[in-house]
Amino acid sequence: MSVELRDVGKRFNGTVALEDVTLEARPRELLALLGPSGSGKTTLLRVIAGLERPERGTLLISGKEALTLPPRERGIGFVFQHYALFRHLTVADNVAFGLVVRPRTRRPSRAAIADRVRELLSLVQLGDFGDRFPAQLSGGQRQRVALARALAVEPSVLLLDEPFGALDAKVRVELRHWLRGLHERLGLTTVFVTHDQEEALELADRVAILNAGRIEQVGPPGQVYDRPASGFVMEFLGEVNRLPCRVSGGKAHVGQCGPIVEASHLPDGCARAYVRPHEIKLLPADDPAGFPARVRSLSIIGPRTRLHLEQEDSIIEADVDRAVVDALGVAPGLVVGTQFLSVRIYPSS
Amino acid sequence: MAAERSLGESRIARLLLILAALALLALLLVLPLVLVFSEALAKGLAAYRAALGAPDTLASIRLTLLVAAIAVPANTLFGIAAAWCIAKFDVPGKSLLTTIVDLPLSVSPVISGMVFVLIFGAQGWFGPWLASHGIRVVFALPGLVLATIFVTLPFVARQLIPLMQHQGRDEEEAAIVLGAGGLQTFLRVTLPNIRWGLLYGVLLCNARAMGEFGAVSVISGHIRGATNTMPLQVEILYNEYNIVAAFAVASLLAFLALVTLTVKRLLEWRYGRELALTQSAT
Repeated sequence: MSVELRDVGKRFNGTVALEDVTLEARPRELLALLGPSGSGKTTLLRVIAGLERPERGTLLISGKEALTLPPRERGIGFVFQHYALFRHLTVADNVAFGLVVRPRTRRPSRAAIADRVRELLSLVQLGDFGDRFPAQLSGGQRQRVALARALAVEPSVLLLDEPFGALDAKVRVELRHWLRGLHERLGLTTVFVTHDQEEALELADRVAILNAGRIEQVGPPGQVYDRPASGFVMEFLGEVNRLPCRVSGGKAHVGQCGPIVEASHLPDGCARAYVRPHEIKLLPADDPAGFPARVRSLSIIGPRTRLHLEQEDSIIEADVDRAVVDALGVAPGLVVGTQFLSVRIYPSS
Repeated sequence: MAAERSLGESRIARLLLILAALALLALLLVLPLVLVFSEALAKGLAAYRAALGAPDTLASIRLTLLVAAIAVPANTLFGIAAAWCIAKFDVPGKSLLTTIVDLPLSVSPVISGMVFVLIFGAQGWFGPWLASHGIRVVFALPGLVLATIFVTLPFVARQLIPLMQHQGRDEEEAAIVLGAGGLQTFLRVTLPNIRWGLLYGVLLCNARAMGEFGAVSVISGHIRGATNTMPLQVEILYNEYNIVAAFAVASLLAFLALVTLTVKRLLEWRYGRELALTQSAT
């Protein structure tokens, strides 16, 4: 089932939460909504669920107009950031809730509900936990109960708000793989919200990056990482060094005496050059291809070395192989040459 | 020892302070309570029973129960509705509503009673109209109920607002997404989550409703056997130097207070965590 948003706009007391958002989650796709807090990603998810009403735009779920439908008729399952489990109900009753509240004519028999609950609890590997209360479970277990509860109503679209946000690092990675497997097994369309770029890039088929209520870029993880549409996306997806540069005649001059890069898409004037730490190569100081820099500090992290370099008026970070550092005899105070393997120029916003 | 010294008080000073506090407590709280029961039973159990069996006294007990039986459910409904509005929705005028809920606590009960006399009394705004339709509000049951509702209005609402605000809307939203309707959401999710706080609020509301003196005194007119509630009956009997009877009725009210406190304590002990959230507000 697909989810399509067109020109959706929403304000909270005059502040823009969403502006002209057009986005599609394709059938059986795992789509990540990635952005910093306040970028509108959760609002977008709640609009799809029917928990927020946008002022403008349309929403189609499986091609049908859905903004006029109440949440229960949208065929969605929603997993809340803090799970929102019913604290006074057992795990089994939590999972059964969506079935129990159905009108009598569409409600399965008591035995059928019990069977379905058992099936779902074993799906989320909590077969023996039916009689527990939410307060007696760990974070990861609560998360899975919330998922089972959302799946009980057989949604065609699964919406997850920061599904791993409240979990510790180890559980997070485990659950991530497990969720990816579950998504594939169930064949649902899944949209999840996250502020963690690593999570989005690892898990999703496509990633939508939001900034201040707007979509900056949508694409497969490899594409958004390799070809960021804006400086914001570049900065948000992984670490990056930002250097001042001047564009003239379609060429960008980085710093005073740095490399000159193709920038035919930009008008003349000030711009910003972005270089990722691992895309910096170290050269001997006398190498003519190098852009000189002075080493301020270095720390050795396993096979890699992280360097802080003073270059003209900027401090840049470089992430290089240990062997290179050893071969050049790099130490604080030494002047080295740097070569940028990849530089991207964006307008200074 | 180090801790004691750092507090700067010797053991004797601390002992004296504790004793002073206990003595004050005994003088102001325990002694009056004991006195109520001892005075009530001063002339034996038979006199106590006879005092309670007097027709006017029985009528006052019945009236008090009736007033509470109307006022408490009314304020329970209002309290839930107000707390639900304030905690779960972004309604305009929310802060105004929160302030109004607190109004009866900051107004002297006598003024509350007088306001109702002014509105519904013979010389009041609606007085002539009510009189021509044969409806009596002041010096009758409706007035007593109105005054009691006004005075006890904040108890349930103030108990529930912080609790519901703390619990947030997540569970209700989860219920709605799972397909529950408004009433189902309320009955299956909201109500179970607030039940102990609600019971606590109802208890306090009831204690105040039965014990209210000021507002009720103004509006009742002190008609014997008709518009006297228990607190008013205590005053009348006392003024007539019928000490045993006055304290006998007072003992019932004191007993009510003790039961309220006991149940309150039990609730705190059993559901302390949930109630702790509501304590800060009262």
